[in-house]
Amino acid sequence: MQELASLFVKSIFIENMIFAYFLGMCSYLAVSKTVKTAVGLGVAVVFVLAITVPINYLLDNYLLKPGALAWLGSDYASIDLSFLSFIMFIAVIASMVQLVEMVVEKFAPALYSALGIFLPLIAVNCAILGGSLFMQQKAFTGISQAVTYGFGSGIGWLLAIVAIAAIREKITYSNVPAPLKGLGITFIITGLMALGFMSFMGIKI
Amino acid sequence: MAEKNSIKSLLVDPLDDNNPITVQVLGICSALAITVQLKPAIVMALSVMVVTGFSNLIVSLMRNLIPNRIRIIVQLVVVAALVILVDQVLKAYAYDVSKELSVFVGLIITNCIVMGRLEAFALANPPGKSFVDGIGNGLGYGLILILVAFFRELLGSGKLLGIEVLGHKGATLADSTGLYAHGYENNGLMLLSPMALIVVGLIIWAQRARNRKLIEN
Repeated sequence: MQELASLFVKSIFIENMIFAYFLGMCSYLAVSKTVKTAVGLGVAVVFVLAITVPINYLLDNYLLKPGALAWLGSDYASIDLSFLSFIMFIAVIASMVQLVEMVVEKFAPALYSALGIFLPLIAVNCAILGGSLFMQQKAFTGISQAVTYGFGSGIGWLLAIVAIAAIREKITYSNVPAPLKGLGITFIITGLMALGFMSFMGIKI
Repeated sequence: MAEKNSIKSLLVDPLDDNNPITVQVLGICSALAITVQLKPAIVMALSVMVVTGFSNLIVSLMRNLIPNRIRIIVQLVVVAALVILVDQVLKAYAYDVSKELSVFVGLIITNCIVMGRLEAFALANPPGKSFVDGIGNGLGYGLILILVAFFRELLGSGKLLGIEVLGHKGATLADSTGLYAHGYENNGLMLLSPMALIVVGLIIWAQRARNRKLIEN
């Protein structure tokens, strides 16, 4: 239990998707103009990550890994399908995103129109595929770890996008040099926030 | 319009006026994480160029056959197949670099430049032009990648492509050569990930100060 809790905290703060790995930057920069849409997209990302990472974990362990097909019989134990993992992961992600899109359209049409093109683009949000690929690299020993990791890194992403959206709402009132306005200053603020987040690295958990 | 779509402008525009990273804001994710050193950045730039070029070509060839509703999945499959090819080639011929890039080769699939160009260009244009557009955007992406990596490697570790261009840093001042003999120190901060963001921010600043029509209001 303690191990799961530390994995959770680690995936939110120390291995933050945005500040440590820069994953999901595209939608992070484009949808962070107001806090409201940022929260909407962040929640969608948490949801998709928390579902796809465990599913891909199962796929990886029972289908793709070298020797993963051993449950079919000893003849299959030597098969290594890991080169197919990109395509399998992305297929799972694309279908899950389609599902989320349909649910949001049905139950929250206002949010649906606010998110616009970025909902289907979650499928190509690097944070989602990155979550699955890091899960594969970390070689978790149980599905509970995969769930915790997916959920935690989603929360970390949500935290990051809400924080930058709040800052960007305020910064419209400041006098930024013209060439730095918009994208430039956002990059620099994100860099400074990432420096702040690096202070979590010293914490051993 | 005719001028805008000429082969030359397709190739040159993404380098500056319509740069995928600093203007279209696409493909930032991988751009930042692998720019600590020049070598992986160059390999990454080449891989992305191959993938954007050929995925644009293939999708453009199929553009009249793909039903609109499932186009995203079709595009993802095309891109994923190309990325698997690139990944296997890298593993075979440049194993150490491929290890360094780790998950970021796989993440080319979700690199927004690839999808963005497929949606914005390849679905509406003939194969030849789409291919050039893909290569052009790959070049624009690579340009920024290499610029960032250049500054980060030079200032962070005093090397370029692993060669010590600023002289050798010995244990004491007397052992050192080049700039280090005068007390120069590497800026370790440049090696940390936040600096990638700040360097890109500064590049955007420089570019927009020079090219005023890109300034946002």
